[in-house]
Amino acid sequence: MTTSTFTSSAGASRILRSVWAAIKKIPPVYPLFFAIFISIGFLGQSYQTMPGILNFLRRAAPLAILAIGEMLVLATGGFDLSIGSIVTLVVLGSSKLLNNDPANAIPSILIMLGFGVLIGLINGTVVSYLKVPSFIATLGMLLLVKGGALYWVGGAPQGYLTDNWRFFGREYIENVPILGRFPVALLILIVIAAFSWFIFHRTNFGKQVLAIGDNVRASQLSGVRVRLVRTMAFVLSAVFAVIGGVLIGGYGGVNVTIGEGLEMQSIAACVVGGVMLTGGRGNVMNVVFGAFTMEAMFNLLNLLGLPKPYKDAVQGLIIIAAVAYIALSTRRKR
Amino acid sequence: MATITVSQNKWKQALGRLRIPPVYIFLVITFAVGGLLDQIFADGQIFTNPSIFMNMIVRSVALGIVAVGQTLVIIGASIDLSVAYTISITAVMSSFIMQGDPNNVPQAILIVFAIGAVIGLVNGLLITKLNVNAFIATLGTSLILKGIINGTFSNYTGSIPRSFEAFGYNQIGPIPISILVLLLVVFAGWFLLNRTKFGSHLYGVGGNNEVARLSGLRTDRVLIMAHIICSLTAVLTGLFIVSRLRSGAPWVGPDGIYDLESIATTVVGGTALSGGKGGVWGTLAGVLIFGVLDTVFNQLGVNPYLKTVLRGGIIVLAVASYTYRSKREAA
Amino acid sequence: MKKSLLCIVSLLIVLSMLLTACAPAAKTDTAVKESATKEPAASKNVGLQMDSAKVAPQFFNDADYEESLKQMSMQPLNPDAPVYLQYLVENPTDISKYPQYAEFAKKEPPYNVCFSNAGVNNPWRVVGYVDMREQVEELRAKGLIKNFYHLDAQGKDEKQIADIQDLINTPGKCDILIVASNTSEALTPIVEKACEVMPVVQFDRYAQTDCPVVSTRSIGGYAFGIAGAKFVVDQLGPQGGNVLAFRILPGVDVLEQRWGAARKIFEENPQINVIGVEFVGYDSFKANTVVQDYIDRFGKIDAVWMDAGGTAVSILDAFKDAGAKFPIIVGEDQNDFLKYWKENNLTGIAPTFATYQWRTAVLAAVMFLQGETVQKKWVLPQPVVTKDNLDKYFNPDMPPLHYAACGCEDMTNYPDAWKNVDINKYKDVIN
Repeated sequence: MTTSTFTSSAGASRILRSVWAAIKKIPPVYPLFFAIFISIGFLGQSYQTMPGILNFLRRAAPLAILAIGEMLVLATGGFDLSIGSIVTLVVLGSSKLLNNDPANAIPSILIMLGFGVLIGLINGTVVSYLKVPSFIATLGMLLLVKGGALYWVGGAPQGYLTDNWRFFGREYIENVPILGRFPVALLILIVIAAFSWFIFHRTNFGKQVLAIGDNVRASQLSGVRVRLVRTMAFVLSAVFAVIGGVLIGGYGGVNVTIGEGLEMQSIAACVVGGVMLTGGRGNVMNVVFGAFTMEAMFNLLNLLGLPKPYKDAVQGLIIIAAVAYIALSTRRKR
Repeated sequence: MATITVSQNKWKQALGRLRIPPVYIFLVITFAVGGLLDQIFADGQIFTNPSIFMNMIVRSVALGIVAVGQTLVIIGASIDLSVAYTISITAVMSSFIMQGDPNNVPQAILIVFAIGAVIGLVNGLLITKLNVNAFIATLGTSLILKGIINGTFSNYTGSIPRSFEAFGYNQIGPIPISILVLLLVVFAGWFLLNRTKFGSHLYGVGGNNEVARLSGLRTDRVLIMAHIICSLTAVLTGLFIVSRLRSGAPWVGPDGIYDLESIATTVVGGTALSGGKGGVWGTLAGVLIFGVLDTVFNQLGVNPYLKTVLRGGIIVLAVASYTYRSKREAA
Repeated sequence: MKKSLLCIVSLLIVLSMLLTACAPAAKTDTAVKESATKEPAASKNVGLQMDSAKVAPQFFNDADYEESLKQMSMQPLNPDAPVYLQYLVENPTDISKYPQYAEFAKKEPPYNVCFSNAGVNNPWRVVGYVDMREQVEELRAKGLIKNFYHLDAQGKDEKQIADIQDLINTPGKCDILIVASNTSEALTPIVEKACEVMPVVQFDRYAQTDCPVVSTRSIGGYAFGIAGAKFVVDQLGPQGGNVLAFRILPGVDVLEQRWGAARKIFEENPQINVIGVEFVGYDSFKANTVVQDYIDRFGKIDAVWMDAGGTAVSILDAFKDAGAKFPIIVGEDQNDFLKYWKENNLTGIAPTFATYQWRTAVLAAVMFLQGETVQKKWVLPQPVVTKDNLDKYFNPDMPPLHYAACGCEDMTNYPDAWKNVDINKYKDVIN
């Protein structure tokens, strides 16, 4: 494409080109999400109403929170495969700790948060000090946490999640102006996303995370405390997994398989949100919308009447396409 | 005195020449400790009963075969998360095609190996030609396979003829056929890696892809080949499982967590996740450690979930024992 | 670049074509689509065309269905015995047919009993397992059982096969083997092998063989399915309505039979529109989203049929959250559902698969070794919880995940062992 042939309409094309350049800067996850969301709006009437939209967001909130945590680790160039089993631990462990008594709800959530910090610290230490690749370290942690949780409760849930424990995942704040009933889970997502956005995009920590993911050696030489930052990322990821677990358990109740596959789903949500698995790239809002896109896609497939299993196949195609798109476009730039 | 030292040196030399991976020390320790506990707390059959010993290895066959393929891929600095569903597809398709009729066996085997080769080829092409990160590419194909198989089959489908059960249950003399197959696969893997051009190229690609490319290696082709071989080992595992279960169901692969466990046993066996280093004998030891754990826990009647915990611990500790002295930061 | 892309895409297409071409389900799928476009009436009962709605022939036959139907109205032949020892049909095990077990019959108590368990991975199995272990403790106190080896397969066929193989390889360890198969077909070869070397008692999910000396459970899957489906049909009346069916997992005989029976009844009643048949396991989260999905797609759901009630309460919660009317519901005797039922005055029914069969299995094993008469096919009564007897089964003092038909009220540690469940406290080996 040569510019000389367009000299007559140079002005117009320049404007067009700058508009195009601005459009190109919009991460592809947003047009993708809105396209899908509008189509589900056409197909399912409940998505045209405010309660329907809020309900959709409530459903997507736990995955979005998990994905934000996963992104922090992915941005350092690592993996966190343990978050799904942390969700299992939170739900099963709480059912045991609660002992069917509502008074135990807050203590049990606090204990779980403590477990989250501990798991994150161990993950971070094993990766930073024992130099075990995070894929393996967190895979080991996955087995450890899952096995431990199942051993603790004896292989199946033995108690119930009380209604006040389930408040965060299930209930609404009534009589909110304009919106009507506002889901608590969505509120928690907003708080977490704002907090993460601040520390990731407005503090040194975020820059250091990205620097480590970009080039460990260089960041080390420029004075980044790689081990500390990396451990922090793992701790945040595990704590967010605990919070996500409280929402998921609150929404769905107690069962053994509740956390299965969530680590892969959140990695997929990150990838759709433009995160590179080699590290050095990440954006909180994009990842949140990555998670929304996945959830919207599942709803679309449902409304189209496709059998459930095909949602996996579509998910697979999407993540391959997303990564291939990034890989090809960066290669072209080179 | 002198003669003893000489013979000791000879032993050392011989051992050195064999290049036994250090993970065998773990294996021996696990076996010895497990056997001792069994002597003290249970009936001590691990040491005394050869059929218990054999079953310990039979437990490892399914994971062992596919772990050999996974080792090749990881040596090439890639990874394959799609093996679990490749196993499922093999199990379901073979029993579906066989329908209990021995005449259908050859064509069933041919078709599942063809499917396996295509899956491996797709994985390889996605990774090399489209530059998709291996983790995502194979996770993606895994999800696609999962969708297809769960969308078309939801249950045990078809069945294998009785004669095919031989693979899973029969013995030649005192040794189960499946163990012989496992050893054959491990030996083939060793041969490929150490005695062929493909093997040395694969180590080169895994060690440093850029350097290998610049020195004129067709790196893409080597990696694609490794992925095809990996998928074929998954197919073989699928055939073994279906011969044990008499019929195939879509969940047999993910039930065994063959994707993550094959990766885990490979790195426990001393193959570096970053590629270029390792071998199949180490992987075999890694797989056997898990088999020993299974048997010991059963003999002692310990809650199996504790075994999962122990597995997680062993994976981390074993890999840490290789990496903690490394100067490079891990990722 | 484009070439390789094309290459990959075409390979993917070939792969999926290969799979779908060989798959049996694909044909019915297209058949449904065709008929749906031709005549709108055929779109009714679309759920019954789903792949998850199929029942493999080895899991369903009309003779067994009819037999179960008959047994549902039978009275136990030994009404004076406790419920877990009652039987509906008399067919004593003929010990002379098992000469290979002669040595086992000579053994003196206490016995060593082995138990290969599919898993303790859902609440029903937890309650059953506690029933069983408490029964073992009582038999130990009487000096009848010494060691009780429990091998937990954690819901994996392959592990259970290897577990049983280990027991076969250690002659003398078990005087008798109790098996609850994870899935029916996969475990058949190994259970047959086990029968060759020791007496086997099976309960709950059966392997497809009659080699065990005792096979015991309450009436079974057909009766469970019939009770629920008949109730749904009766309650919906002549104008019918939308029914959503939930299933736990495929490949297990008792569960396939539950659905097979229900399916037969739904097919016979064209006014019943089965809008979907979904596998959700015990995953309450998934069950909840499935309800939302179907409300989105179909507007209303009049009745919910389930092949096991584990997720009943979260399904009802989903209706509540969506602002929809509670459906007619088929649950199970799980205490949380009974409570919800009572509190919300639901139109419901709870067929049971009585957990007391776990006790029966242990008792039958010991009785066999002692040379007492046991029933080869030991059909236990299978209660159904209805509006009329709800108060008898609902016990507000028991935890939500308790199962009412446990037949455990006469045991020493009742109710503590069921209230504060701790399955790790039981010892396999005692000195």
